[in-house]
Amino acid sequence: MMEDSAPASRVEQLAQAYGASMRTAYGENTLVAPSEQLISLLETLRDHPEARFEQLIDLCGVDFSDYPSSLTEHPERFAVIYHLLSVSRNDRIRVVVYVAEDRPVVPSAVDIFACANWYEREAFDLFGILFEGHPDLRRLLTDYGFIGHPFRKDFPLSGHVEMRFDEKKGRVVYEPVSIEPRVTVPRINRQEPNS
Amino acid sequence: MTEIRNYTMNFGPQHPAAHGVLRLVMEMDGEVVERIDTHIGLLHRATEKLAESKPYNHSIGYMDRLDYVSMMCNEHAYVLAIEKLLGITPPIRAQYIRVMFAEITRIRNHLLWIAAHGLDIGAMAVFLYAFREREDLCDVYEATSGARLHAAYFRPGGVYRDLPDEMPKHAASSVHSEKEIRQKNINREGSVLDFIESFVERFPKCVDEYETLLTDNRIWKQRTVDIGVVTPERALQLGFTGPMLRGSGVEWDLRRKQPYEVYPQLQFDIPLGSTGDCYDRYLVRVEEMRQSNQVISQCVDWLKNNPGPVMIADHKLAPPQRTEMKQDMESLIHHFKLFTEGYSTPPGQVYQAVEAPKGEFGIYIISDGANKPYRLKIRAPGFPHLASLDEMARGHMLADVVAIIGTQDIVFGEIDR
Repeated sequence: MMEDSAPASRVEQLAQAYGASMRTAYGENTLVAPSEQLISLLETLRDHPEARFEQLIDLCGVDFSDYPSSLTEHPERFAVIYHLLSVSRNDRIRVVVYVAEDRPVVPSAVDIFACANWYEREAFDLFGILFEGHPDLRRLLTDYGFIGHPFRKDFPLSGHVEMRFDEKKGRVVYEPVSIEPRVTVPRINRQEPNS
Repeated sequence: MTEIRNYTMNFGPQHPAAHGVLRLVMEMDGEVVERIDTHIGLLHRATEKLAESKPYNHSIGYMDRLDYVSMMCNEHAYVLAIEKLLGITPPIRAQYIRVMFAEITRIRNHLLWIAAHGLDIGAMAVFLYAFREREDLCDVYEATSGARLHAAYFRPGGVYRDLPDEMPKHAASSVHSEKEIRQKNINREGSVLDFIESFVERFPKCVDEYETLLTDNRIWKQRTVDIGVVTPERALQLGFTGPMLRGSGVEWDLRRKQPYEVYPQLQFDIPLGSTGDCYDRYLVRVEEMRQSNQVISQCVDWLKNNPGPVMIADHKLAPPQRTEMKQDMESLIHHFKLFTEGYSTPPGQVYQAVEAPKGEFGIYIISDGANKPYRLKIRAPGFPHLASLDEMARGHMLADVVAIIGTQDIVFGEIDR
C-alpha cells in the first residue's frame, strides 16, 4: 500500500542531509534523527515538494529503560516519536529522536506543527521530557499538583498516593497508596536467552 | 472612566454541554471569548500503562472504554495492529463482519452525536428520534456479542463468534400487552442479519426525519452556519482527521486512501464540506450515516451468501473448540497455554490506523517479543480536535463555544485515555 519505493528513497536522501538514517519494517518507514537537527528535518519533511508531510498525526514519549539489551539500538533511555502523514502523497513516516536521561530536552515542534502543543505537554507530563521553546509546558493529563512522571518504567502501576474524603477535615486528603499490585499473568519473553 | 468588562469564567467539569468532564477556563470580553484554557485529564485512567502490564488480549476490553460511543472501531485498530505484528490475516467472513460492525458503530456514533449536538444548541426532539434507532443497533450489538456497549467482539485473527441465527425477542409484561409486543417483534423473527437488513431498509427514512428537523431549520442554521470556521490549511496544521478534516474540504478517508480489510470491495462515497463551519460538518456526518448504511447493506448481502470460518485456525492465537478439547491432548495444551500465558509477538514497532467515526484512531505498539506490549500509544482523534478549541472559539460568543464542542464530537474516554 505504501511501499512506493522511489519516493521513500528520495525522502531518505532528504533526511540524510540532517544526519538521519532510515529503515523499513512492517512496511513502515522510520527515520532516526539527532535532536540538534530535528526541527530543520521536520520543517523539510513538511515543506519539501517531494516529502510534503503536512500533518503531525501523533507524538509520544517512550521509556526504553526495561527494553531488552539485545534489541536496543540506542543507549539513551527516552525517545520521542513523531508520526507524520502526507495527505497529498498518501504516505506516512515515523521520526525517532533519542533523549538522554540526565538531560531530557528536545526542541519543540510547535512552530512547525500547531497540534504538537498538547502532544508535547502530554509527553512532558507522562515521561518528564522537556520541550525547549514550548510556549506553555504544563501538565495535561494528571491531577492538579501531581508529583512524578507516571509512564516511566520505574513508576509503579498502582502509583504512590490515593485520595479520599476526610469527614473530620471536611476535604479530600492524599495518603500513601494501600493497593497491593497484583500480577495475574507474568511477563514472559522467550526472545531473551535468560528468561 | 472606561467600564471594565473582562471576566474569567469557569465552564464545567460538570455541565450538561461539557460532554463528560471537560473544564474550560474562559477569558471573556463581555459575551465574546478572548481565550480558552482547556483542562483535560479528569477521566485519565492510564489505559496505555495498564496495557503494558497485561497480555495482548486482555486489553481489548479497555479499547471499548476509550471512545465509549464507537466501541468496535477502537477494537478494530487494536486487533489490526496486533495482526500486523503477527503477520496474520483473518478469514474473509470475519473481515466482512468486522467492516459491517465498524459501519454499524459509525452510525451509532453519529446518532449519538446528532442527538447531543442538537440538544446542546436547543433541538430537543432530534435526541428522541436518534435514540429510537440507536436502540435497535444496541440490540444488534447485544445479540452478537452479549453486550450492548462494551462488546470485546473483535479478536486478533477474527471475531469472537459467528453472527447468531436468532434475534432475541421482546417479551410481554404488565406494561406491554401481547398485541404491542407482537408488533415490536415483527422484524425479529429471523436471524440477526435479517434484523440488520430490515434496519438498513428503514434507516434512510429516519435520516430524512432528522434532516427535516434540522437541515433547513432557521434556528439550526443561525447556530451553526459560519461558526467555528477552519480553513483546509489550518485543519491540516491542527492535526484534524475524519469529518472535521472533510468538513473543511480536504478529501481524506483512510477507508479509501489506505484501505484495510474488505473496504476496497465495497461501494461508498466520501462526503466533503466546503466552508469548514459547523453546518458543513453537520452535513458531512449526516451523509456519512447514509453511506455507512449502504456499506452495511452490501456486507449483509455478502454475509448471507458466504458462510465460513470467522476465526483463524491457529490455536496458538485462537482458543480451540470445547469439543476438540475433550478428545485431543494437543487442544487442551493449547487452551491452557493461551489462557495462562497468551501469545507473544515478534519484536518491532507498528502503527495501525482506522477511520473511526471521529477521525483517525491509531494504535502504535512497541513490542519486545513478550506476551505483553512494551509500549502502547493510542492516537485518539478527539485529542487534537479539542486542542484546537481555543483557536476555533476565539472571537465567538459564549453560546457558540457549546456549538463548537458539539461539532467536534468530543468524548472524554479517548481524549483522557
